[in-house]
Amino acid sequence: MINLTINDQKISVPAGSTVLDAAKKLNINIPTLCNHPDLCIAGNCRVCLVEQKGARTLIAACAMPVAEGMDIHTNTLKVRNARKHVVELLLSEHRSDCTKCYKNQKCELQSLANEFAFGDTIFLDLVEDHPYEIDRSSPSFIKDDSKCIRCQRCVRTCSELQYISAIAVANKGAHQKISSFHDRPMSHVVCTNCGQCVNRCPTGALVEKTYIDQVWDAIYDPDKHVVVQTAPAVRVALGEDLGYDPGERVTGKMVTALRQLGFDSVLDTDFSADLTIMEEGTELLTRLKKALVDGDKKISFPMFTSCSPGWIKFIEHKYPEFLPNLSTCKSPQQMFGALAKTYFAQKRKIDPSKIVSVSVMPCTAKKYEADRPEMRDSGYKDIDYVLTTRELAVMIKQAGINFKNLEPSHYDSIMGDSTGAAVIFGATGGVMEAALRTAYEIVTGREVPFNNLNITPVRGMEGVKEATIKIEGCTDDWKFLEGAELKTAIAHGLTNANKIMRLVRQGKSPYHFVEIMACPGGCIGGGGQPIPTSMEIRKNRMKAIYSEDEHMILRKSHENPDVIAIYSDFLGKPNSHKAHELLHTHYVEREQY
Amino acid sequence: MYQVGTLVKELTEKHGRLRESLMPILQGIVERHSYLTDDAMVEVAKELDISAAEVYGTASFYTFLDTKVRGKYIIRVCKTITCSMKGKGEIIETIEDMLKIKVGETTSDRMFSLLETNCIGWCHKAPAILINDLPYTELTSEKVVEIIKGYMHK
Repeated sequence: MINLTINDQKISVPAGSTVLDAAKKLNINIPTLCNHPDLCIAGNCRVCLVEQKGARTLIAACAMPVAEGMDIHTNTLKVRNARKHVVELLLSEHRSDCTKCYKNQKCELQSLANEFAFGDTIFLDLVEDHPYEIDRSSPSFIKDDSKCIRCQRCVRTCSELQYISAIAVANKGAHQKISSFHDRPMSHVVCTNCGQCVNRCPTGALVEKTYIDQVWDAIYDPDKHVVVQTAPAVRVALGEDLGYDPGERVTGKMVTALRQLGFDSVLDTDFSADLTIMEEGTELLTRLKKALVDGDKKISFPMFTSCSPGWIKFIEHKYPEFLPNLSTCKSPQQMFGALAKTYFAQKRKIDPSKIVSVSVMPCTAKKYEADRPEMRDSGYKDIDYVLTTRELAVMIKQAGINFKNLEPSHYDSIMGDSTGAAVIFGATGGVMEAALRTAYEIVTGREVPFNNLNITPVRGMEGVKEATIKIEGCTDDWKFLEGAELKTAIAHGLTNANKIMRLVRQGKSPYHFVEIMACPGGCIGGGGQPIPTSMEIRKNRMKAIYSEDEHMILRKSHENPDVIAIYSDFLGKPNSHKAHELLHTHYVEREQY
Repeated sequence: MYQVGTLVKELTEKHGRLRESLMPILQGIVERHSYLTDDAMVEVAKELDISAAEVYGTASFYTFLDTKVRGKYIIRVCKTITCSMKGKGEIIETIEDMLKIKVGETTSDRMFSLLETNCIGWCHKAPAILINDLPYTELTSEKVVEIIKGYMHK
C-alpha cells in the first residue's frame, strides 16, 4: 500500500493506483473529460490537473500513479486557474451552439463550463475560421468535427473494445482531427455502426442520427397505424434517463408511456426473440443432423448467432470467408418487422401500406440494419424507424409524461407475448442460454439439467465464456446426438469476438455454436443505451435482466403462446418455406480495409 | 506505376510486422515513390494487421510522409526566419516562375512538387532548400534555376 495525502487527508491505496483513484476514495471530486472507466488512460485533456507539493508543474491526476509521501492539493488557486484555462481553450475550438445541440444538458464539456461559470473569455473563438465537416453519411450516427475536443475516447473505444479502429487521430497541432481512413465518409469505411463511440463521446461530436421527428409525424398522421416494438435491453436501462438508478426494471411503465405517446400497437421484440430461438435452434439442430447423419461436407461449424447487426458488419468486413457459418436467421428486430406488415396486418385487418413500424433498440447499428436493402421481405421497408433507448426517453419527456407516476401495463397481444428466454437476449450469453433451454428440450424431451433453468456457465462479464453441454437421453429422432458434447462459446465486444474468430481461422476452434454480441455486456451495454456506461452500470442492468427472467411465468421460447399461434396459423413449422422467406436472410462480403 | 504489394512485402520482410515497423515501412515507400497512395496505405495495413485509419493517422502526422500526390522531386523551401530574411521569397518566386506551379502544387508531368518546410538547420547558409533528401544552400535565383535544370535533365 502507498500512503499519501490529498488536501491534507491521509489515504492508503494499492501501488499502481492513480491520484484520481485515491481522490475518489476520499470523496474528493476532480473533474475529468478524456478519462473513461472502460478505456485506457490518455491524459490528454488536462482538465484533471492537481498540484503536487515539490513538483515543478501541475500533474494530471488521471495519469499520475501514486507515490509514497505524495502531498496533493486539488483546490489551490493555481489549480483552479489552470483548469479554467484548460476548459476555456477547449471551448475556443468547440462550436458552442449549446441550445441547438442534440447533447444540450447531456454534454460533459457543457457541465464543466457551467461549473467554472465563465463570463467573457479571454481566448479567441477559433471555430468560425476552421473548415469543419459534418459527416451524416451513416444511417446510425453523425460525426461533427466542430464539436470535437480530441479527447480520443472514441478512438480508444474503437480500438480497445471493438478492434476496428475505424477512426484514428490524424494530422497534428491545430489541424489534428479524428479521422477515418483518408477522411472518407463513415458509411464507406470499416465501421460497424455499433455506436460505442457515440456512447462515450463527452460532447455532441458523435451522436446518434435521430428519427424522433419522423416518428412523431407518423403518430400524428391519422391515416397511419404505428406499431412499436421494444428490445429486451431497453426495459432495464430506460429508467436511467428518467430519474431511476441503473438496474431498475421499468417494463410496465414503459408500455404505458408508449401508449400515452400515441403508438397504436405496443408490441414486444421479445416475441420475435422467442421466434428467433425456434428458428435458430432448429437451424443448429438441422446443421448438426446434416453434418453427422447425412455426412454433408458443406456444413461447417461453429454456427454463429446473427442477432447483433454490429457483429454482422464486423464479420462481413473482417472474416467474410465465414459468412456461411452465420445463422441465416434475421435479428429479432427484423423478424418482427417482416411479420408486422404481413402476419400482424392480416390478423388485425390493417392495410400493410398504412403500417409504420418503429422499433426501440439499445443499439445504433439497428438503424443501419433496418436500412439494409435485404430487409424488405414484407414487400415494404420492414422497419421504418429505429429509435435508441435515449431517443425514447427524449420523446417521453417531450410529451410531458411523468414517468415515475405511471401505472404499469401489459403489451398488446398477437405479437406481444414473451418468455424469460427472450428477455435475457439483452445480456451476453442470453441467446445461448435461451437456445439451449429450447434445443435441449427438443432433443431430449427434458428440461436443461441446470437448477431452475439458469445456465450459469454462460452468464457473466468475462470476455470469452465457454460451456459444454452433454446431451443424454435423446428421443428417437435425435439418437445420433446421444452422448455428444455440444461445445459453445460466447463473446461480447468485438475485441473478444476477434479472439474467437482468430481461433476459427486457424482451425483451432472446438466449438459447435458461438454467440457473439458486438457490445460490451451484450445489448444492455449497447451504443444506444443511456449515457454514461461503465462495468458497474452494465452489471446492474444485467442483474435486472436476469431478475426479469426469473419473474416471468414462461421461461422457454417454445412455450410462448404467440409463437405457438404464429406457427399454427401462419408459418407452419420452424424453418418452413414461409419462415425462410420472411425470417431468414443472407450476408454480403465487404471490403476489408 | 509500381507494384505496391511487392514493395510493401519487401519492406515488411526487412523491418518486420510489428506496430513499430510502421514508420520505417512508410519511410521506405516514400523514399522510392515520393508519397503514399491509398493503395499503399491499405497494403501496409494488411501486412501489419492494423486498420487503414491507423496507417493514415500516423502518415498524416508527419510532414515528410505525404498522403497527397507529389512529384518525383519534392522541393522544400525553408520558411523560417533566417531564410526569410535572406531572400526565401525570391527563391520561391523564381521556382514558381520556372515550374509554373504555386507552393503546394505539383507539375502536370509529376516531376516536381513545391512545398515550404520548417527549419532544416542551415540558417548559417541561408536561404536553403531541400530537394528530396539533399540540401542546397546559400541560394540565389540564378543558382536555384541551374539546380532545377540539373534535375530536369536527370
